[in-house]
Amino acid sequence: MKARMVDRVATFFFWLGAGVILALLGALVGYLLFKGGRWLDLAFITRAPENLKAGGGVGPQLFNSFYLLVLSMLFTVPLGVGAGIYLAEYAGRGNVNPAQAMPQSKKATNFLLAALNLSIEALASLPSIVVGLFGLLVFVVSTGWGYSLMAGALALTVLNLPVMVRISLEALHSVPRDLKEASLALGASRWETIWKVVLPAAFPGLVTGGIITAGRVFGEAAALLYTAGMSSPVLDFSDWNPLHPNSPLNPFRPAATLAVHIWKINSEGLIPDVRRVADGSAALLIIVVLVFNLLARWLGNVLYRRMTAS
Amino acid sequence: MTATRRKQLYREYLGHYLTFACAALLIVLTLAIVVFIALQGLATFFANHINPWQFLFSTRWQPDRPLSEGGPLVGTLAFTVGSIAVSLLAVLIGGPLSIVAAVFMVEIAPGWGRRVLQPAIEILAGIPSVVYGWIGLSILVPFLRRELHTLGFSLLAGCLVLAVMIIPTVVSLSADSLRSLSRDLKEAAYALGSTRWQTISRVLLPAARPGIMTAIVLGLARAFGEALAVQMVIGNTRSLPTSILSPMTTLTSAITIDMGYTIPGTAWNNALWSMSLLLLLISFGFIILIHLVGRGRVYR
Repeated sequence: MKARMVDRVATFFFWLGAGVILALLGALVGYLLFKGGRWLDLAFITRAPENLKAGGGVGPQLFNSFYLLVLSMLFTVPLGVGAGIYLAEYAGRGNVNPAQAMPQSKKATNFLLAALNLSIEALASLPSIVVGLFGLLVFVVSTGWGYSLMAGALALTVLNLPVMVRISLEALHSVPRDLKEASLALGASRWETIWKVVLPAAFPGLVTGGIITAGRVFGEAAALLYTAGMSSPVLDFSDWNPLHPNSPLNPFRPAATLAVHIWKINSEGLIPDVRRVADGSAALLIIVVLVFNLLARWLGNVLYRRMTAS
Repeated sequence: MTATRRKQLYREYLGHYLTFACAALLIVLTLAIVVFIALQGLATFFANHINPWQFLFSTRWQPDRPLSEGGPLVGTLAFTVGSIAVSLLAVLIGGPLSIVAAVFMVEIAPGWGRRVLQPAIEILAGIPSVVYGWIGLSILVPFLRRELHTLGFSLLAGCLVLAVMIIPTVVSLSADSLRSLSRDLKEAAYALGSTRWQTISRVLLPAARPGIMTAIVLGLARAFGEALAVQMVIGNTRSLPTSILSPMTTLTSAITIDMGYTIPGTAWNNALWSMSLLLLLISFGFIILIHLVGRGRVYR
């Protein structure tokens, strides 16, 4: 009966391992919400931060985080989905365009596919600080924008593009072949099939994946330190003209996000209530991450039910 | 050709070329990153005439030493060793735990695993790295200081924070690889009278080994490239760590701290770019490693 005893002990350890991870997550989230939640009030999430005194809020940082998220998703989603479509529907299948007399050589398409896959892998494995430094060279210095929301948004796009491509590929691959073949058999062109059949069917997957990516953008900091910068100008929340330097909407102003702010106040240590501001900001970040996660699940389910009418 | 047909064809072309442009951008970006970082990173050796050997294998870091005393010294061995030590230890702690959780999710309690553990892992993956760093700084470091009567900022604090951060990566990839195994394997093992543990340890884990190794290497790569969370808890002392409790530094944290206030063109600033190039090359090295360990017989 030794084998059975060993089996029981092993099972116990598997439950223990899973329990440890769950306890860890529970402790982390619980602690953050409990410690930081106390400081979350309207003043904290709307007021501007203080530089030397206690009592500052994180209003501009919170706004910057959301604005940067929107800006970078404006680039990431179309580019990522586009590249995903190419990889899922066109790449590696030669060119079966009706008007193209000469088929592409097999070797060339294979080489292209290999290069694409390698690029995605390389981009996905880059440390985010390296992406930030690339952003510093190209989007901050070469363009002459200086530390700006736009530079930050583009750096985040570089960081998240491989993730978005993978999500799109997965969503597109999960569309049943029959759907595509039925559409093609009815005389629709390849692009019409993609646009009117494949994309709508892949939509729930794309939305879920997109929201989860967005959650990551929200908390990213290393890639933003030297692109979007660590400071914000004094923002005038009554001026919504994107061309004005103090307008919150101006994409060419520097902008510290919530995550960057946590890092900055800790490394500078200038304000006396670092603990309060960092705890509060961390709780805010966690709440947003949780909301994004729940939203992704819920919306994915709702859309899936709508589309499949089940 | 009718007008509708022409329009259809036009869209066909447009769609094809637009999506191709998006895909091609990925290749262009990858090349651009390599070229830009390399051009900046090589300046240390060509403009400042630092010996590459010395850069890689010396621990003497005096980037602001004036020319009259022999010029700047930028030996980065302490940073590289720090990065390797902290990420290897993180994988040593986080890796086994993650594999246990992955097996639990796939083999022991699939229903429970999918409903509870899977969402938990996703939330863990979503927690921003600065928040991990902040927890490390506000709980772990004071705890170590109180209990062990040391500085608190240490290699140990760094690898504990990283160990938690790599759990989601390793768990989800290992679970994928276990799930992709053919049912026949498991059923054959049970049919021969194996217990569940015997099936897991002698059949399923060996069969899923390439995938699990890939997961571990990706976890290692993530730990190696992490910047802020590590920087906040390791103390940033520019010397080789002598024990697990001593403060140390890593490539990423040195870059993060110094890039902001060094002047472009100086040996110090250029050395930081060379360190970024080193990071870039190491992350490509991890890709090669993944392809090497990911090979092997796959049972599906």
